[in-house]
Amino acid sequence: MFTLILKRMAIGFVTICAVSIIIFLGTKVLPGDAAQIRLGQEATPENLAALRERLGLDLPMWQQYWNWLNAFVHGDLGKSLAGDAPVNELIADRYKNTLIVSVLTAAVGVPISLILGITAAMFPGSSYDRVLTLVTVSLVAAPEFFTATLLVLIFVFWLGIGNAVVIGSIDGKSFWELIQHFALPIGVMCLIVASQLIRMTRAAVLNVMSSPYIEMAILKGLSRQRIILRHAVPNAVGPIVNIIALNLAYLVTGVIVVEIFFAYSGLATLIVQGVQTRDFVVVQAVGMLFCAAYVVLMLIADIAAILSNPRLRHPK
Amino acid sequence: MNSTPHQPASYMDEHFVAPAAEDELFEELQDSPPKRKFRLSPAGKIGVSIVAFWLLIALFGPFLAPYGENDLPFPDDYSEFQAPRPGAWLGTDFSDRDILSRLMFGASRTIGISIFATLLAYMVGVALGIGAAVSGPRVDMVLSRINDAFLSLPTIMLGLVVVAAVGSSIPILIVTAGLVYATVVYRLARAIGVEIMVMDFVEAARLRGENTFWLVWREIWPNAAMPLISDFGLRLIYVILFISSLSFLGLGVQPPRADWGSMVRENLGAFQSYGGSVIPVVAPAVAIATLTIAINLIVDDISAFSGGKLSGRI
Repeated sequence: MFTLILKRMAIGFVTICAVSIIIFLGTKVLPGDAAQIRLGQEATPENLAALRERLGLDLPMWQQYWNWLNAFVHGDLGKSLAGDAPVNELIADRYKNTLIVSVLTAAVGVPISLILGITAAMFPGSSYDRVLTLVTVSLVAAPEFFTATLLVLIFVFWLGIGNAVVIGSIDGKSFWELIQHFALPIGVMCLIVASQLIRMTRAAVLNVMSSPYIEMAILKGLSRQRIILRHAVPNAVGPIVNIIALNLAYLVTGVIVVEIFFAYSGLATLIVQGVQTRDFVVVQAVGMLFCAAYVVLMLIADIAAILSNPRLRHPK
Repeated sequence: MNSTPHQPASYMDEHFVAPAAEDELFEELQDSPPKRKFRLSPAGKIGVSIVAFWLLIALFGPFLAPYGENDLPFPDDYSEFQAPRPGAWLGTDFSDRDILSRLMFGASRTIGISIFATLLAYMVGVALGIGAAVSGPRVDMVLSRINDAFLSLPTIMLGLVVVAAVGSSIPILIVTAGLVYATVVYRLARAIGVEIMVMDFVEAARLRGENTFWLVWREIWPNAAMPLISDFGLRLIYVILFISSLSFLGLGVQPPRADWGSMVRENLGAFQSYGGSVIPVVAPAVAIATLTIAINLIVDDISAFSGGKLSGRI
């Protein structure tokens, strides 16, 4: 099992390296480099060459990549092309919002989705199950900003609670105040996660329900509730942990749309601004952070799947 | 691969359109089971009518639109986010343009870009995927590892990096979305191709001495076509969501051109200025949601017909 996990982690490491190459080369395909963008109109061949040398842009491509990666690993994300601000500072100002919303979404959304998914699996085909399926299927197919629009309409315009934009600082707020502060973004993100998570949890539990030992339990005359909670759910835990990690990884898209929709600053707004101003130092750095988070969550999903499989955990 | 690769002959005869001569051959078979007819569920019928409605709007909308996409319906009475009234049945947007007209122009852009991008994704993905399946382990290995690297990036990040590098225009959007989703199509096409390659009839064709082109065209393609085509709807949904999200982030279709995703973004102010109409945000968001949910309803019917979700096959 350990070799399997080590192998999987090695693959994860290789993936992150490959991803870093894609991101690095992706921002290098066009003519025009950081030196030209910085100097703009004032560019003369001499000061261009001087700045290129200072920024290390005259080095061969692989060496530039190596320097960039080396600095990145050591926590130096470079300097923004617009305004010369260190990317580290830009990120330090904004990462909290993104992190808080993601963590709170996981804390609120995951347990609720699990409960809904498992209860749906307890009564398959009931009207409760069918309504839940209808809602989740619709939400899965709809764009994130549709979900956001829907929530704003219901809460802000119809019920008159909350605000369509997130304003104010988060400093010194308690856990409960933070949830209130980010209520709508968290609500949207929870719905995005829940729509997948409920369906997949339900499927995972129902999958276990079709195995012979459950049939045995039914024939023994156990109650449906006891069969699900005591017999089926423990064996579905592995797949469910896998599903949770997968869905948290999918949140990367959600968080970008939600930050723009509710107009608060975070890492996602930073990378979108970076793309708009073609500030590829910022795009590289933040893109790399998002992709690394994504790959790590995928890795956790895989390892959870290995750990939860008794056949892999105790090899013969 | 979860499902067993081996399918009885009856599977083939009901799933792919064989050339005429072979078709007659199948009908002569006494023991062939009665053909199943593809039937739409009530939900599927609703899906088909909504999709048909939006396709018609996409095709003819720009000609039927009451105003040009950047014309003001009430040049003498300028105010943003006007409520619906005669002359502008869905009201006006943040710079007083007619929402209904922009929605109709946007339909052809959003749907057109998505369909072309999905077609491109299929051409590239299927060509490389089937190619990887037939050209032996080494090519397969290289292509699949490169593909895995791209698949391990969130699609939206790939889109952001491309737009950061080369800017945004409609051809670039089509190519970007096409290539991003070609990775998924590649995986599906390769999986199906590999599944078919190990079947007896391919072995027989090889022993007969048929060349690779014949193998792909006469043995693999007829069997791979149906599963691939029925996955098209699902892929189209993801491409529409991808394009709309990019436009919503301001990185897709550029103003003043209308597109559903960018319409939501540019009118977000309607949510902040109380009193104005909220239709400018709601209408395009609802348009995308109805389109993608309707396609999903059809996809559900197709996958129920062809036996389970295709995504389960990879």
